[in-house]
Amino acid sequence: MTEGVALLTVFVLAVFVGFEVVSKVSSTLHTPLMSGANAIHGVILVGSVIVAGTADEAGVLVVALIAVVLATLNLVGGFVVTDRMLEMFGGKRPPDAPA
Amino acid sequence: MIPVWAQVCYVVAAVCFILALKGLSSPKSARRGNLIGAFGALLAVVVTFIAYDIDNLGWILAAVAVGAIGGAWGARRVAMTAMPQLVALFNGVGGGAAALVALLELSEPARAGLVKPDGFFNNDAGWFAYSPLNDESGGHSLEELERLAQLLTTGTLTATAFTILIGAVSFSGSVITFLKLQELMTGRPITFPGGPFVFGGVLVAALGLGVWTVATGSVTLAIILAIVGLLAGVLLVLPVGGADVPIVISLLNAFTGLAVAAGGYVLENALLLVAGTLVGASGTILTRAMARAMGRSVSSILFGAFKGGSTAG
Repeated sequence: MTEGVALLTVFVLAVFVGFEVVSKVSSTLHTPLMSGANAIHGVILVGSVIVAGTADEAGVLVVALIAVVLATLNLVGGFVVTDRMLEMFGGKRPPDAPA
Repeated sequence: MIPVWAQVCYVVAAVCFILALKGLSSPKSARRGNLIGAFGALLAVVVTFIAYDIDNLGWILAAVAVGAIGGAWGARRVAMTAMPQLVALFNGVGGGAAALVALLELSEPARAGLVKPDGFFNNDAGWFAYSPLNDESGGHSLEELERLAQLLTTGTLTATAFTILIGAVSFSGSVITFLKLQELMTGRPITFPGGPFVFGGVLVAALGLGVWTVATGSVTLAIILAIVGLLAGVLLVLPVGGADVPIVISLLNAFTGLAVAAGGYVLENALLLVAGTLVGASGTILTRAMARAMGRSVSSILFGAFKGGSTAG
């Protein structure tokens, strides 16, 4: 039970950090920020790996491996696509400067 | 549980995620912020493989390889204009993964033969001592039984049901946003007579099933809850018009974050809890900021078509 309360405390503090950390985002960065945050929740891969790593039945392992594939898609794809978006941002600037 | 050094590494990963969000909020540091986030995620995954007792290692690594190659390939290959729907798809599969993880965790006590005793607020995990399993004939150690009993307490079951429901909503909702942006279905709002009542009914059913799942710890009910969640996700996004879809993607992104956070509570994994909560909270702020930038409010985007439909009809 104390374990539960400790996790609840962490949750409440993380809510405030989450609010605070993006409070000053410029509107041009809305989409990359959303995409980056999307990649971060791909760490559910950690949970998928833990569950797959304790699976002792074939059926359970199959479902857990599906979760591992889905979570990795989210994590890896999320960070790569965000990087590509930001590359686009950076790439736009040099042509603008001479013009 | 897991070694102290691993928990310290999880704290480092959590800090990386905070710095990533901070970095992504400003044009100068955005790209570096994203890389810091990716580093944190890599650290977390590697530490998990080492710190936890992981069986089926070959299978898991193969599944990770499939997901990593597929994700990187999709993200590299997609046309610039198709990026929003790809983000929607990645968000949806993340929600789906969270729901599956919670379902599997819930099925663990049942597969070991442990059932939740009567009484909604029976939170004393010590009741497993009366279980026929405690003679260790099932090959379960006392520590293992304690962990399984913990999964059936009201607090953990509430988090489990929440993860299953919200993960399912995020998954199906994201698939519909993908279909809309990819123009595989019409981008116009889809409404039908009585739509708000059907949606309301589905929400009430989801809430009822959720409470019932928590009260009984039943896996069957949890699966039905997941199906109702899928339906709710579809009904949530259908009435949203194409131009407003990016804001809904952001909202579903925040949903997935919260589902992952609750999943972290179920697994007693502080990193998942922090990462999910950060995304849930920052995603909520971002959704409001995006709606404001378009001169809209989130509720008018979600329910505007309903109102329009009722005045026309």
